[in-house]
Amino acid sequence: MSLFDLFRRRDSAPVARNRLQVLLQHERSAVGNNDLIARLHEEILAVIAKHVEVDRDKVQIKLDRGSVASTLEIDVEVPSPAMPARVSERPAEAVGG
Amino acid sequence: MAEVVVVTSGKGGVGKTTSTAALGAALAQGGENVVVVDFDVGLRNLDLIMGAERRVVFDLINVVQGDAKLHQALIRDKRLENLSLMPASQTRDKDALTEAGVARVIDELREKFDWIICDSPAGIERGATLAMRHADRAVVVTNPEVSSVRDSDRIIGLLDSKTAKAEKGQRLSKHLLLTRYDPVRAQRGEMLKTEDVLEILSIPLLGIIPESQDVLRASNLGAPVTINSPASVAARAYAEAAKRLRGETVEISIPAERPSFLGKLFGRRAVA
Repeated sequence: MSLFDLFRRRDSAPVARNRLQVLLQHERSAVGNNDLIARLHEEILAVIAKHVEVDRDKVQIKLDRGSVASTLEIDVEVPSPAMPARVSERPAEAVGG
Repeated sequence: MAEVVVVTSGKGGVGKTTSTAALGAALAQGGENVVVVDFDVGLRNLDLIMGAERRVVFDLINVVQGDAKLHQALIRDKRLENLSLMPASQTRDKDALTEAGVARVIDELREKFDWIICDSPAGIERGATLAMRHADRAVVVTNPEVSSVRDSDRIIGLLDSKTAKAEKGQRLSKHLLLTRYDPVRAQRGEMLKTEDVLEILSIPLLGIIPESQDVLRASNLGAPVTINSPASVAARAYAEAAKRLRGETVEISIPAERPSFLGKLFGRRAVA
């Protein structure tokens, strides 16, 4: 180990600080999205429930964030005999960028 | 007017229980009527740190479920008569804690005490969310280390969304308690500095507790460090943090043991 390494090795705190700042910026927005998903879930469920009886667990909502565009995927399983099989819309709507 | 304070962190092993005991005892030493409540059901330890492990008969779960009266489960400290402990159950699991039951117990404790300090379990599961649920304030215990800071950030998010106060649109005040801090290593760039942690988490600083051998000695002996060695640097830092909790303005300092050789070399002085 050279003398230079001895000094360079010490400066790990600024690296920790930068890593945390980048990571937490990302994680805070992800947690915000979870709330968005939860709200969308409730509202979409309410709209569907007005027309057909649907099991809460049979409505799946997923948000994929891409660099250019994001996709919102809504998967609703409607019980027969109202409809024969699954109604799947994908992607239903693009959100943000 | 009683204050409910949750001591929380997300990450385990950062000093929640030690800090609960030390802050609770420091508040009691200042004349306040204090109860420390262990929410870590199944892995209780506050009784051990307080030196009351052989006096536990009934616990929080018994009271929540109505099998025991509040006063039967409260253990009065032998050193400070205005300090009590509500132990957690060691044999049950956290599912035995019900939301309504916890709310009722907290309301009853509010009648009897000035301060109700809730020691949260690690994690973000039911035990942790119930411990913070009825808090008026939160003490976020953080080590100057990446995983602890990340978990604290997550816990701050939960404090702002999942507590009764947050749901009512009220402000829950949050305070950072930086524990196991080594000023010399931080100065050398080997450890996150207080400013770094404060900038990342952006909550006000309650205190800085330096890494200290007295903390381990106190837990070995079953006494909060503020009772066991009140003159030690850690105890002084906890006592100052407790004063700030009470609303007193005390300048933040990093108490040092003595001006060590390295301390002198790097221009640090002991804070009397």
